[in-house]
Amino acid sequence: MKITINGKICEAAEGQTVLDVARANGFYIPTLCYLSGLTPTGACRICVVEVEGMRNLVASCSAPATEGMVVRTDTERVLAARRFIVELLVSCHPLDCMTCEKTGDCTLQNLAYELGVTASTMVGEKYDYPVDYSNPFIVRDYNKCILCLKCVRVCNEIQGIEAIKTIQRGFDTKVATAYDTPLQESNCVFCGQCVQACPVGALTERKAKGLGRAWETRKVRTTCPYCGVGCQLELHLKGEQIVKITAVEDGAPNKGRLCVKGRFGYDFIYSEDRLTTPLIRENGSFREASWNEALDLVANKFKQIIAESGPDAIAGVSCARSINEDSYQMQKLFRAVIGTNNIDHCART
Amino acid sequence: MTNSFGEFADAKMFLCIGTNMTEAHPVASTFLKNALRKGAKLIVVDPRRQPLAKLADIYCQIKVGSDIAFLNGLMNVIINEGLYDKDFVENRCDNFEAFKAKIMEYPPERAAEISGVNVETIRKVAHMLATIKPAMLCYTLGITEHTTGKDNVMSTANLQLLLGNMGMPSAGVNPLRGQNNVQGACDMGALPNVFPGYQKVIDPAAREKFEKAWNVKKLPENNGMMMPQMMEALVDKKVRAFYVFGENLANTEPDIRKVEHELSSAEFLVCQDIFPTETTRFAHVILPAASWCEDDGTFTSSERRVNRVRKVKNPPGNAKPNWWIFKEIARRMGQEWASNSGPEIWDNEVSVLAPALGGIKYSRIENDGLQWPCPNTDHPGTSFLHRDGVFTHGKGIFNPVDWKAPAEVPDKEYPFVLSTGRRLYQYHTRTQTGRSGLDFLMPEETADISVADAQRLGIKPDERVKVRSRRGEVEVRARITDQVPPGMVWMSFHFREGSANWLTNAVYDPATLTAEYKACAVAVEKV
Ligand code: SF4
Ligand code: SF4
Repeated sequence: MKITINGKICEAAEGQTVLDVARANGFYIPTLCYLSGLTPTGACRICVVEVEGMRNLVASCSAPATEGMVVRTDTERVLAARRFIVELLVSCHPLDCMTCEKTGDCTLQNLAYELGVTASTMVGEKYDYPVDYSNPFIVRDYNKCILCLKCVRVCNEIQGIEAIKTIQRGFDTKVATAYDTPLQESNCVFCGQCVQACPVGALTERKAKGLGRAWETRKVRTTCPYCGVGCQLELHLKGEQIVKITAVEDGAPNKGRLCVKGRFGYDFIYSEDRLTTPLIRENGSFREASWNEALDLVANKFKQIIAESGPDAIAGVSCARSINEDSYQMQKLFRAVIGTNNIDHCART
Repeated sequence: MTNSFGEFADAKMFLCIGTNMTEAHPVASTFLKNALRKGAKLIVVDPRRQPLAKLADIYCQIKVGSDIAFLNGLMNVIINEGLYDKDFVENRCDNFEAFKAKIMEYPPERAAEISGVNVETIRKVAHMLATIKPAMLCYTLGITEHTTGKDNVMSTANLQLLLGNMGMPSAGVNPLRGQNNVQGACDMGALPNVFPGYQKVIDPAAREKFEKAWNVKKLPENNGMMMPQMMEALVDKKVRAFYVFGENLANTEPDIRKVEHELSSAEFLVCQDIFPTETTRFAHVILPAASWCEDDGTFTSSERRVNRVRKVKNPPGNAKPNWWIFKEIARRMGQEWASNSGPEIWDNEVSVLAPALGGIKYSRIENDGLQWPCPNTDHPGTSFLHRDGVFTHGKGIFNPVDWKAPAEVPDKEYPFVLSTGRRLYQYHTRTQTGRSGLDFLMPEETADISVADAQRLGIKPDERVKVRSRRGEVEVRARITDQVPPGMVWMSFHFREGSANWLTNAVYDPATLTAEYKACAVAVEKV
């Protein structure tokens, strides 16, 4: 079927929403509560558009595309509606963007900027919740929560954990664990999916604090170093420092999801305990050595043992954590150079 | 895995046996849960009522090590009630008659007696498997870490052949691999019997191929030793030099006392690692290595997907890439190797020598990885194996297998069965997670015991208990939980003090030499 968006005729398929078609054709429509892959709720209404023949503005995330539909995404009426929503949100927001972890990557900040919403437009009541710093991974500042409920939905519908939900009503509505306890006293598994979903500074990575602004970081895709699922990670880096890790949206196999180890288990590479120089045992303790000395020692000892006892007197195990290329090299060393098939790894664990 | 994680979300049915997916493969379990929300069915077979069991339509709490008896009993019902896929079995499989004869020795009553799952439940499972198809069978180390590990694996394959659940999406036999690159290390030939790409070392043609590629006169023609044999050979000096790359054997292998005796017997032990570990204590030379994020390469996941791993920082101090270290040793022993980076090793050697990886080149895996088999550069990769029931050897082969009890079973003196595994918040011997802040979520090891046993022994939550086996003892806090049935203790091996491996039994599956981490006998007492 065909629909018209801002004068352009666009191809649309059965089951696509107006938002899907608009985005596929390069039109910008902002969203706050929308989550790809989940049923849209249409709750935040920031994605409204004007549809010819309809009296009210339509939430594009939940409006199915229909044959011949004529849509406008940028009329003054649309912008005014969006501006009103953002003004309401800003009116009860702390506006400490200068020190907020989310600055530069905050949907609310971006919307206020592009719609020309300033702090002074409306003055509303603010929240006064204590900020939860009680765990080392997730900072929860519900003063900044815009109640898009993405966190609740990813926790329940994507991760299937059901650690958080909304409590109270009206102005006092708040996202919380079952008994409003800290996360570590709930069934939360610290996957951090809620943090990745949060469009504002309400949920942020504690380890990232102060390490770098969104515009200062480069993103590098890599693979998780833990279990055999092979989740695709996006490292947010400033220099050599990982500021935080998020999942690659739509990447196979994890489609934007991670667990606690993949998201938060990375600092070991910076540990003070790292081995930094070859060590050789001497009189019961280790002394530092150069690569030349250490490698000569290994090669000579191997040669000596081969000469005296044959190559099968040498055996080795490779590492199931390291890259393929390393295991390839090690088995090649054993087979082609030493001359033994005594090469294995912990394939069985 | 014959199939892929991407197929989880659309699966109609899962049979999960010996897999604690929500903790060991958390993200995989989220796709499974999404499928359940859409109406998929779940059967869980596990001695522990772990989180997956709580979501199951049918949960079978089998006794530790009774998998084959249970599965044979299940297949007995399926065959006797004519519920199997006759077309698939007749046209796509071999050896059905011999297999059937074996299965007839396991009427559900016998299976029930051995496994502790009652006959009605066994029948119910059979009926559910027969009506909802296909089912994805998933397993992890609960199947393999037994003295009957190989037979356990064959038994799961028998079931999927019998049901015709092979060669299509959302079906198959799916072992979830515990570590990021176990699959890859196997594919690369870090095994004593195969070259890269599973080409057998005893095959003269394969040897000739690699002799040419590696430019050497003669490659060794006999299978080498497996890891437990290597370690035992350290004691009788048949193995004089032992090269340990990145493994913390002193904590990960069963019976720590025995392992440490073996390591300390080594005439020459080389350890290549990123941290000093309990294992490097025994080394004669320690070589400091680059870690994750410090080198360009690939990991291969459980679903046979070759994924890129990227360098974003330099190794600390003088630490060097592992491939470089091996290359330098080769050079000192008289061989110059051309490849000089991970990408060169892969593109110019690995993918040239391993036919199933032939089409996987770095230029093709910039974004999503490719799943092998991928024989040429136009090939899109393979999401599920045995399409249309075509197997490597033509047909699927039924392997009749018998149940055997674990090597060590509870008795008067050691009345509990100890089973072990991984927990969500830690990983292996904590060399990584222990240095990443995760101790906050799991600060120490516990002995997980049932409410009934705790009451009987007068043990209160978090009280310290002593767990003893014939090999050693540990003192840890008790975690009283409904996950564990009476008569069982469950522990992990993440913390050196309190590691289950002080207790575990160093007995192995005769074919694969996988240790029986899942079953040994222990005593539990208050301290
Ligand atoms: S960290 Fe994960 S489990 Fe915890 S609240 Fe967030 S989404 Fe839910
Ligand atoms: S993020 Fe979690 S589930 Fe994914 S690969 Fe890493 S450890 Fe496995």
